[in-house]
Amino acid sequence: MKSLISFSVGLIFAIGLGLSGMTQVQTVKGFLDIFGNWNPALLGVMIGAIGIHSIFYHLIRKRSSPLLETKFHIPNRKDIDKKLLLGAALFGIGWGWGGICPGPGIVASLSGNYYVITFIISMISGMIFFKLIEKKLTNI
Amino acid sequence: MMNAILGGILIGVAVSIMLLFNGRVTGISGIVAGAISPAKNDWFWRMTFLLGLLVGGLLLKIFHSQSLEQISSAHFGDYIFAGFLVGFGTLLGNGCTSGHGVCGISRLSIRSILSTITFIIFGIISVAIFKALRGGL
Repeated sequence: MKSLISFSVGLIFAIGLGLSGMTQVQTVKGFLDIFGNWNPALLGVMIGAIGIHSIFYHLIRKRSSPLLETKFHIPNRKDIDKKLLLGAALFGIGWGWGGICPGPGIVASLSGNYYVITFIISMISGMIFFKLIEKKLTNI
Repeated sequence: MMNAILGGILIGVAVSIMLLFNGRVTGISGIVAGAISPAKNDWFWRMTFLLGLLVGGLLLKIFHSQSLEQISSAHFGDYIFAGFLVGFGTLLGNGCTSGHGVCGISRLSIRSILSTITFIIFGIISVAIFKALRGGL
């Protein structure tokens, strides 16, 4: 049942990304191109998604547990470390350079565009590389 | 702009369903990372989520194919560079646009707010440099 829920969530999420234009590199790059011909679409997505989820989040967290699990798995860290900011900076550079982040990349990967497939293979390589050197990064 | 807000609402509904039923944050980089190096009993829901994204992509391809058309001045090597940084950076920083940008900001997590500000600023700088080098977006 949990797997069926997560399948449906993935499906709805993908349709939302496609409808909003986030599955196109030009929309994402256009949002980040504030010195050029700025495209505010991504701001609309953030407003829609955060607007809805911030209401539901607080309603759902009034429950003692989710419907299909015994407890919530929500990160509760509050510390600001260098990894958080360095990781966000590296992600931001890659996101702007390619115009793709993980969700839209996966959604668009079966469209037959070799550039998107290249991006996804490289993204997974970057993740595997991180896992390999993760233990050496503890003193950052 | 209306489509963007509607798409955003669908995303907000999707991540709320995940929280209500499975009690989880819909952070796509984290779900992918957990799917490639799985812990016990923590693999199948990740794979079905990713399958949902792929099936959604196929439906878009069939019914709304213009939503998957890419227009960019980027070369092959640009996507290798971009993908690697996205994969490495999202794991180092514990999240991407979905986990930090949507889920984290909705619960007013200070880490997610700072992460989102940081990746947007570096995204803006990156696009500016890209445009200067490649002559287009």
